Amino acid sequence: MSVYINKDTKVLVQGITGSTALFHTKQMLEYGTKIVAGVTPGKGGTEAEGVPVFNTVEDAVKATGANVSVIYVPAPFAADAILEAVEAELDMAICITEHIPVLDMVKVKRYMEGKKTRLVGPNCPGVITPDECKIGIMPGYIHKKGHVGVVSRSGTLTYEATHQLSEEGIGQSTAVGIGGDPVNGTNFIDVLKEFNEDEDTYAVVMIGEIGGTAEEEAAEWVKANMTKPVVGFIGGQTAPEGKRMGHAGAIISGGKGTAADKIKAMNEAGIEVADTPSVIGETLIKVIREKGLYDKCKTH
Amino acid sequence: MNIHEYQGKELLRQYGVAVSYGTVAFSPEEAVKAAKELSTDIVVVKAQIHAGGRGKAGGVKIAKNLDEVRTYAKELLGKVLVTHQTGPEGKEIKRLLIEEGSDIKKEYYVGLVLDRQTSRVTLMGSEEGGVDIEEVSENTPEKIFKEIIDPVIGLTGFQARRMAFNMNIPPKLVNKAAKFMLGLYTVFIEKDASIVEINPLVETGDGNILALDAKFDFDENALYRHKDIVELRDFDEEDAKEIEASKYDLSYISLDGNIGCMVNGAGLAMATMDTINYYGGTPANFLDVGGGATAEKVTEAFKIILSDKNVKGIFVNIFGGIMKCDIIAEGVIQAAKEVSLDVPLVVRLEGTNVEIGKKLLNESGLNIVAAGTMADGAKQIVELVG
Repeated sequence: MSVYINKDTKVLVQGITGSTALFHTKQMLEYGTKIVAGVTPGKGGTEAEGVPVFNTVEDAVKATGANVSVIYVPAPFAADAILEAVEAELDMAICITEHIPVLDMVKVKRYMEGKKTRLVGPNCPGVITPDECKIGIMPGYIHKKGHVGVVSRSGTLTYEATHQLSEEGIGQSTAVGIGGDPVNGTNFIDVLKEFNEDEDTYAVVMIGEIGGTAEEEAAEWVKANMTKPVVGFIGGQTAPEGKRMGHAGAIISGGKGTAADKIKAMNEAGIEVADTPSVIGETLIKVIREKGLYDKCKTH
Repeated sequence: MNIHEYQGKELLRQYGVAVSYGTVAFSPEEAVKAAKELSTDIVVVKAQIHAGGRGKAGGVKIAKNLDEVRTYAKELLGKVLVTHQTGPEGKEIKRLLIEEGSDIKKEYYVGLVLDRQTSRVTLMGSEEGGVDIEEVSENTPEKIFKEIIDPVIGLTGFQARRMAFNMNIPPKLVNKAAKFMLGLYTVFIEKDASIVEINPLVETGDGNILALDAKFDFDENALYRHKDIVELRDFDEEDAKEIEASKYDLSYISLDGNIGCMVNGAGLAMATMDTINYYGGTPANFLDVGGGATAEKVTEAFKIILSDKNVKGIFVNIFGGIMKCDIIAEGVIQAAKEVSLDVPLVVRLEGTNVEIGKKLLNESGLNIVAAGTMADGAKQIVELVG
């Protein structure tokens, strides 16, 4: 078991003929991901990395039965690509593209209300269920199949945590990068709910960063609902106020969104927070040992 | 991206939003000339810097005649203004706004901002204007009102009127205030602003509602579709290294420490700073080289780090996903060739194409300390810098 994606997921790549998309399509295929179609308007009828290319998402879905899309379309056109995936009623659209204007995303979120499709991202590394399906840009080799769920606002920091877990023989059920933008599709609580219900996930790593209040809200949800242990990390503990740290969403303003506030809320919800990113794995292992879950989580 | 008050007011004027009349001046002569063209005897001389708190810091002067305008302009131009937002180093005043004095009856606050919880643009308003709005929100949150805006229909007339009534704007001026807010929303949306704050919005003795100040911040991701806004950028207000970095789409922020950092991914870059601090060092910068960086970009990034004279060592921390380790290695090698590298360099590589990257560095003949993990790398650079 896993959340969101598995070995049966049929993937469609939007913007497949761009150089980044081509590189990662190849990587995903090598990992074993079932990529059934690509879309680039005007390139319908051709092939990319052996994958048939269509002019529209609708055509691709009709011909191949694709149910999840991954979007590599450049920022000025990415919001439109998400809308196209939603209109085609895909189960999920995973948007890798960064630098999408935030007001475009405000409109996308409004359009998606009541629609079937779940959006992950934008500005995210994607979703991976190890040994089954890798969708996005994360390096495959650092993952290991197992029972720890990972959810994160940051791409490279997710790799860091996952790598530490794998090195210690602790595999992952699914790792979800929700992205660093202020307006995104799937949030911490959505993913935590899935992990809580997934019988194959025994513990969760949650990685947040400064800015906004998503971590505080998630902590509150964990306190009230989560039956599995959660450990965390917050990036930007030493970031100065008023400076936007790369991600559009990572800024402390008006004294709100500080790492200290988030860590406090998480601790109050029983979430153990790692002091440095280098001990995220260690912290998880300590907690699952205390809960008697270590042997169940250890994948040999 | 921030702009000056006078530029913000000009933008509002283009959209028919009421603002006090004034002109920008770069010299005392221009200030006097601008003042002559105003219709009021009282003239306000306002320092134009990208920071709030100018009034309290002495950056706003009331002149009763042209001689005073000249005196104040001479006094302010070239002066370094220190406000609670500039940091202790302050900002040099290079531009002034010469504006008509207003007969202020009451001060209010209105602002538009993106609310992350609802993913909607939100109108905020309060009858507590002219003061620090963050203090109002802290001490008397009941005095701040909000209207959440549906992006499909935009700010509606009834929402704007409800806000005006909630702010206790006199009933006979409510329609003027509503018109003001609707115009403000139009500018916000059409120009892809991320924040607009009018503090204070004033009611004048002759029964008008107008903006006495205007603070704008724009979404940098949307600047590609607003050439007119890009032209308003004032490079004097920004850090030279940050300007250089932005030419190469690098996300760079200057900090006070002595360890230069080059990292991929904003989250990892922040975490790297945290880790350096944890081991007792202080980062000289935040630098996310991004996902699509080329070797040339990495070279430029390296040069920018080294242009900071405080840098006593460099820590490169890469976990490649979309970014490939070999590209980073090529960039580092190229940069080390172009600039004479005389400070310690610690490199940690992991992720996509890591083996090729490590091989390139090993064969480069450069004096590079290899680190196995982020913690290891941070510890080593802190020790090397001393």
